[in-house]
Amino acid sequence: MQNQLLAIMLLPLAASVVAGLGGNFIGRAWSHRITIASVAVACGLSINIALGFAFGGLEAANITLYNWATLGGLKLQVGLLIDSLTVTMMTVVTFVSLMVHVYTIGYMKDDPGYQRFFSYISLFTFAMLTLVMSNNFLQLFFGWEAVGLVSYLLIGFWYKKPTAIFANLKAFLVNRVGDFGFLLGIAGVYMIFGTLDYAPVFQQVVQGFQDIDIPVSETMVWSGITFTCIGLFIGAMGKSAQVPLHVWLPDSMEGPTPISALIHAATMVTAGVFMVARMSPLFELSEVALNVILVIGATTALFMGFLGVIQNDIKRVVAYSTLSQLGYMVVALGASAYSVGIFHLATHAFFKALLFLAAGSVIIAMHHEQDIRKMGNLRKYMPITYITSLIGSLALIGTPFFSGFYSKEAIIEAVHHSRLAAADYAYYAVLIGVFFTALYSFRMFFLVFHTEERMDKHTRSHLRESPAVVWLPLVLLAIPSVIVSWFIATPIVSGSFFGDAIFVAKEHDVLSPMVEGYQNVWGLGLHAVQTLPFWLAASGVFVAYWFTVVKPGWRSVVDKKLSLVNGVLRNNYYFDKMYIDYFSAGSVGLGKKLWQWIDAGLIDSWIVNGSAKTVAAISGQVRKIQSGYLYHYVLVMVVGLLAFLGWVYWHALAG
Amino acid sequence: MIDKLPILSLLIWLPIIGALLVIFGSGQKHKGATQWLALITAGATFFLSIWALFEFDSTRYLMQFVEDEPWIESLNIRYSLGVDGFSYPLIVLTSLMTLIVVISSWNNVSNRISHYLAGFLIMGGLMNGVFAATDAILFYVFWEAMLVPMFLIIGIWGGPNRIYATLKFFIYTFFGSVFLLIALIYLGMQAGSFDILAMQQLVMPELDIQKLIFFAFLIAFAVKVPMWPVHTWLPDAHVQAPTGGSVILAAIMLKMGTYGFIRFMLPIVPDASMAMADFMIVLSLIAVGYIGLVALAQKDMKKLVAYSSIAHMGFVTLGLFISFSLVAGKHIDAAIMGIQGGLVQMISHGFISGALFLCIGVLYDRMHSREIADYGGVVNTMPRFAMFFMLFSMANSGLPGTSGFVGEFLVIIASLQVNFWIAAFAGLTLILAAAYSLWMYKRVMFGEIANEQVASLKDLVSRETIVMIILAVMVLAFGLYPAPLLDIMQPSVEHLIDCNLVSKLSPEGMCS
Repeated sequence: MQNQLLAIMLLPLAASVVAGLGGNFIGRAWSHRITIASVAVACGLSINIALGFAFGGLEAANITLYNWATLGGLKLQVGLLIDSLTVTMMTVVTFVSLMVHVYTIGYMKDDPGYQRFFSYISLFTFAMLTLVMSNNFLQLFFGWEAVGLVSYLLIGFWYKKPTAIFANLKAFLVNRVGDFGFLLGIAGVYMIFGTLDYAPVFQQVVQGFQDIDIPVSETMVWSGITFTCIGLFIGAMGKSAQVPLHVWLPDSMEGPTPISALIHAATMVTAGVFMVARMSPLFELSEVALNVILVIGATTALFMGFLGVIQNDIKRVVAYSTLSQLGYMVVALGASAYSVGIFHLATHAFFKALLFLAAGSVIIAMHHEQDIRKMGNLRKYMPITYITSLIGSLALIGTPFFSGFYSKEAIIEAVHHSRLAAADYAYYAVLIGVFFTALYSFRMFFLVFHTEERMDKHTRSHLRESPAVVWLPLVLLAIPSVIVSWFIATPIVSGSFFGDAIFVAKEHDVLSPMVEGYQNVWGLGLHAVQTLPFWLAASGVFVAYWFTVVKPGWRSVVDKKLSLVNGVLRNNYYFDKMYIDYFSAGSVGLGKKLWQWIDAGLIDSWIVNGSAKTVAAISGQVRKIQSGYLYHYVLVMVVGLLAFLGWVYWHALAG
Repeated sequence: MIDKLPILSLLIWLPIIGALLVIFGSGQKHKGATQWLALITAGATFFLSIWALFEFDSTRYLMQFVEDEPWIESLNIRYSLGVDGFSYPLIVLTSLMTLIVVISSWNNVSNRISHYLAGFLIMGGLMNGVFAATDAILFYVFWEAMLVPMFLIIGIWGGPNRIYATLKFFIYTFFGSVFLLIALIYLGMQAGSFDILAMQQLVMPELDIQKLIFFAFLIAFAVKVPMWPVHTWLPDAHVQAPTGGSVILAAIMLKMGTYGFIRFMLPIVPDASMAMADFMIVLSLIAVGYIGLVALAQKDMKKLVAYSSIAHMGFVTLGLFISFSLVAGKHIDAAIMGIQGGLVQMISHGFISGALFLCIGVLYDRMHSREIADYGGVVNTMPRFAMFFMLFSMANSGLPGTSGFVGEFLVIIASLQVNFWIAAFAGLTLILAAAYSLWMYKRVMFGEIANEQVASLKDLVSRETIVMIILAVMVLAFGLYPAPLLDIMQPSVEHLIDCNLVSKLSPEGMCS
């Protein structure tokens, strides 16, 4: 199996290097052939291994590849951990990546950076696989930062666009703020457990260990494990764009749409969710951390959902939707329903990648117009995009029998059963969030595909369905968006699928009460019409319909009545303003002041130049030093040395 | 065969003799030939340093390739050389960077190129001497002598304000060196020999005397590192220095200071070092935080990278001085981590800062400006250069997978064991280093083509590409697989912890 795993991980890397360094030599067609072939093989092998885990009785494997560093008794090694959690991620990542690779042929066909783009997305696939397949914190951090690097490169792919190169720097720096916490969390792991490999860490958790105290002031002491968990979670907040580190994700839409689907919806942004699930044995030890996770996740789920309602850029609607859905996943983690978080991660990967790629298809047809107020009635021109978008939207809002229904239902139920202090807040947040999810999703859907045609004549005359390389991935993603839960919902919720890969303490077990009375996926779907979330979603769709199709004029009335709220929402709760005006401008300003006052002012003009002037004044000969001749330097040094030597000898002999 | 050669003497004198031939042979007629002679000399020196690496026994902490001849017998000063895990990697680094400077200066210096190259060869040999000397006076001679070619290189080939920069550099280093000499003479008289290892064996019963020696060392070495607040010579020296001078200054010369800490300060006056460790940690953290902010405000690319160097060297001193409290708390693995982290940072910073100064040199050769504001959109005209510059900028921000990550990661992990606030402060580098490195990259490289000069830029020529590839390979290799480097240093680090960080107030507990 080791060779298969290495092939999965390294083939995309090799393809990326070939397409990146040799792109001009091998040409456009071979660049996409090589990268697609390598990702296809990785995907096929991943599915093969996943099936082996599901049916073939494959055992979890922990493989060491090489020794990265030895420090006294500590060995830092690079290796792979393969279990049901890992293969789930591998399958999702490689499948979505494959779809995006194919789609890119159509989407980027006129772009001069074609080969570079393929190189980057293959490199991303490698980085993401390293992250999920790691068996230690060091390599996790490598993958973690490597996906951040590729995200940075891809957001800034169109490097001439000022907004793009602002967005990619912002994304990298905000993520670095998260990584600051993440690194301290890793340091905490080492401090408590004395190793950075997963297996011995988890083993110590199960067998009992001594938590340590981290003193932060004379009177305050933190629990080591809580410190570690919160540090790690701050990393997750950066990567998975949780409030208040969410600000980079909407701006990341400046990148080409295929990567919005792959990186900023389906895979990289879910790395935080995966990481917390992977670390479930640690997080189970700290209820403080779990409560923090619940609050952050619920806040993101609800408040980012609000923002989705007022966006007019087709990609930004989907971006805020992604933020909100990531909040749902994080809520599941906080409720100790890690497997449910991963479940929603998987279903979301399919339907959100679908929605992004469908949005991309619309953008191609509209000649890169992204404002939904200038669209309308596109169902007439783009039937496949229309149907697949509808499927994606229905899955997103949790329509019974669609994949998203089961995962979202499981999250709501899990929080409902959680007994943590923050669970009530989280429960109401995710419940209200269901209404807003339906509202923003279908507001966009109606404005794009129904209502009157608002585009200009020229655009209208060119409207047509996108080519097959574009719509085929839509169809291939639409299928799992509908059906994937039919197969995986039961094993995941019952806990049989992830088995030992996820650890839940008895007192946090929220899944067992959920399984009681549960028969099968069909029963759950039929039962839905009697539940609150169903009617919340339905009313969301209805309100969207009313305000876009039936009475479009009402919208401006509401805007006026709620102008204060509207202002807050339009400014993204003033997060950007705060960060840019105070945080970053403040840092640069402080740096300038320190430099001018202390470096240039105090040290240089006062002490250094002052003493130079003093010396010059005393001797009058020092000017000759400035002549630049070698013997002057030597002369001064020798004279000085002899003087001091004499002084020392005299003192030493006398003493 | 190699064990019969005086390998260290060759590494010191081969480049110096080569340089003298270059100087004597120079003249318009033989310009090309002397340049080639310089290249061959640098190449042979580097080859020799690599060849000897295979003979280097990385399981021992004892000095290797030892040479010992009487020099000034009346004062018991000897020409004695030897290397261990601390010094040998630095010698290889020096030999490599000298070669790289020779290659990269090939066509870029029009004025007396042979003398210019000879200066670097002499400096390379003398710097190898600093790292190889095991006699304190010999060390001091090399230490002072290596400054002369650097003064000349800045003073002759430097920018318009080179005299001010050289003078400032001179005042700072001279001020420091004097105290170093006093301390070395005192120690030599106490030990009855100028052998550095004998000095490390001295019992120093009075803490006050240890502290005096500590401060003498501190002034000399802190100027070189440089540590805040004796750092202001560095940005000026870099800005005025020609590209090669900046590369050597950043890649090698700064390491002299931290090497001095390891070779002299920690082992000879451990009790004073321990007593002053908190002070040193605070200075290191100021380098990371304060200097990081100052770097953010720079408008000149060279100044920015110069300040970034100071911030990164802060990790070396931090890694060294947290080890005292880790050893006291019996966290031996973490102490090894801290020291190893500092050592790796020294090597890695050599590659990364050297590479960044070369990148700036590439731009300066074409545009004759170091001002960030004069650039914009360079990626449009120099895509190949953009790739390397991106790699080195990322390495400078400590991206995992590059060598810049290894040292900082180890030091931060180790420092949490000492104190939460040290780790938190040090961790700020994740944000600050990324901010100043990538913001500079954005302003210089990304965007629309800013002006006609940028529009007419030519991408890297093959000579420049070769240099970039060598450094890129180094940065990636030590990032992905630092184990070989760590293994070479490990016995020396363990010996330092076992024998040299123990109290020297009484002979009890000292290693014999």
